[in-house]
Amino acid sequence: MRSIQASKVVDAVEKLCCTAASVLPCDVRTGIDKALKEETSAVASGILGQILENIELAERNGDPLCQDTGFSVFFVKLGREVLVEGGDLNSAIAEGVARGHINGYLRKSIVRDPLDRTTNTGDNTPPVIWLELAPGDRLEIIYAPKGGGSENMSRIAMMKPTDSAEAVEDFIVDSVIEAGGNPCPPVIVGVGIGGTFEKCAFLAKKALLREIGSRNESGFYSAIEQRLLARINETGIGPMGLGGRTTALEVFIEVHPCHIASLPVAVNMNCHCARHGKVVL
Amino acid sequence: MMEPIKLTTPVSREFACSLEAGTPVSIDGELLALRDRAHSCLIEILRAGERPPFELDGALILYASPTPAKPGKIIGSIGPTTSLRMDPFTPELLAAGVRGTIGKGPRGGSVVEAMIEHGAVYLAVTGGIAALLAKKVISCKTVAFEQLGPEAALRLEVRDFPAIVAQDCRGGNLYKMDHKSINKPQED
Repeated sequence: MRSIQASKVVDAVEKLCCTAASVLPCDVRTGIDKALKEETSAVASGILGQILENIELAERNGDPLCQDTGFSVFFVKLGREVLVEGGDLNSAIAEGVARGHINGYLRKSIVRDPLDRTTNTGDNTPPVIWLELAPGDRLEIIYAPKGGGSENMSRIAMMKPTDSAEAVEDFIVDSVIEAGGNPCPPVIVGVGIGGTFEKCAFLAKKALLREIGSRNESGFYSAIEQRLLARINETGIGPMGLGGRTTALEVFIEVHPCHIASLPVAVNMNCHCARHGKVVL
Repeated sequence: MMEPIKLTTPVSREFACSLEAGTPVSIDGELLALRDRAHSCLIEILRAGERPPFELDGALILYASPTPAKPGKIIGSIGPTTSLRMDPFTPELLAAGVRGTIGKGPRGGSVVEAMIEHGAVYLAVTGGIAALLAKKVISCKTVAFEQLGPEAALRLEVRDFPAIVAQDCRGGNLYKMDHKSINKPQED
């Protein structure tokens, strides 16, 4: 067994929260850059230009890219040969979130109770943590803060197993159309198909972590991704919904085996400010 | 894109009505930063017939709440939140004298009707450019609802704050709403 001190996890998560809030991953930036070159509308080009200027400014000054520094979502791979000592892993991650949001001057966007909304938790905890056991002696932590505006535009449908692939594609395109300018397009569209209700939603969320330009390993789903991206960009919704060629930077599909009675399809939207970061301990 | 029109606050009905959808604007003056729960609180005050804690006549409301200011800074990062969540409150605020609202995403039918009736404008600001917009803020003060924490009402003084007229007081609308029938390449 290899031991990792819980305090190391706290420190790593604190740093991750601060960095992810102000530094956009290169692939997202490159995707926006490429989109700007393809835009012909003055309004759309102006918006993409502002987005790129903001990316530069935020990174240079270490300031949050967006005021909505999000719900703190983690995808954690815990190696079987890793022992976290001096505290438990979930508490260490939560402590890192609290410190990151307080010391890093990030917005605290979480209320204690979803219906009685009077009490803010004060430190952006609790995080959402998806823990996976993995072989090896490493601890991998991916942090993906999720803004409320794009999350609100996400959808799930329990479709019929006899529905066609075309019907599934229509549902995905309609979800993006219905969202319009609200989720801060150009969006990244994460899609889960199959599994159970919650597995499907999880896959849609996890799909958002893929690198811009990557394709599903299956030729069949890769073709659907590309077809959907073309259809979505043909809607003309455009950056911030004000018209243009760039409504989505990517469509990422993740699939899972399915019950004979079911065909769940989930669409999770991410804004253009698609922040995430990774640390391996 | 055409040169932005300078917009200063407070905004007159006449000036608001002169703005057409698609016109870029650059705002100098004061903005009230209010979001979901500050709207509930404000509406409660208005419905009780009490005096609001800040001037609404000619005011512009920005749907936003910033990140906390770092030491020595005026404000943290700030940008617009989704306007449609404020739709249920907006007609009453326009009736009370608010001349314009600022956020992201389109407004619904009841807001459009109220904008036409009261002569008000809706401005869109790019979301997710909050580090950039913070540079346009020259002062920031909490003016009400401090108990709401990150949702407290703020008065911002801004200079050259960039926006675009998205929906005007004649029903003009920059958002292309009918995507289902135009799910094909668009003329730009």
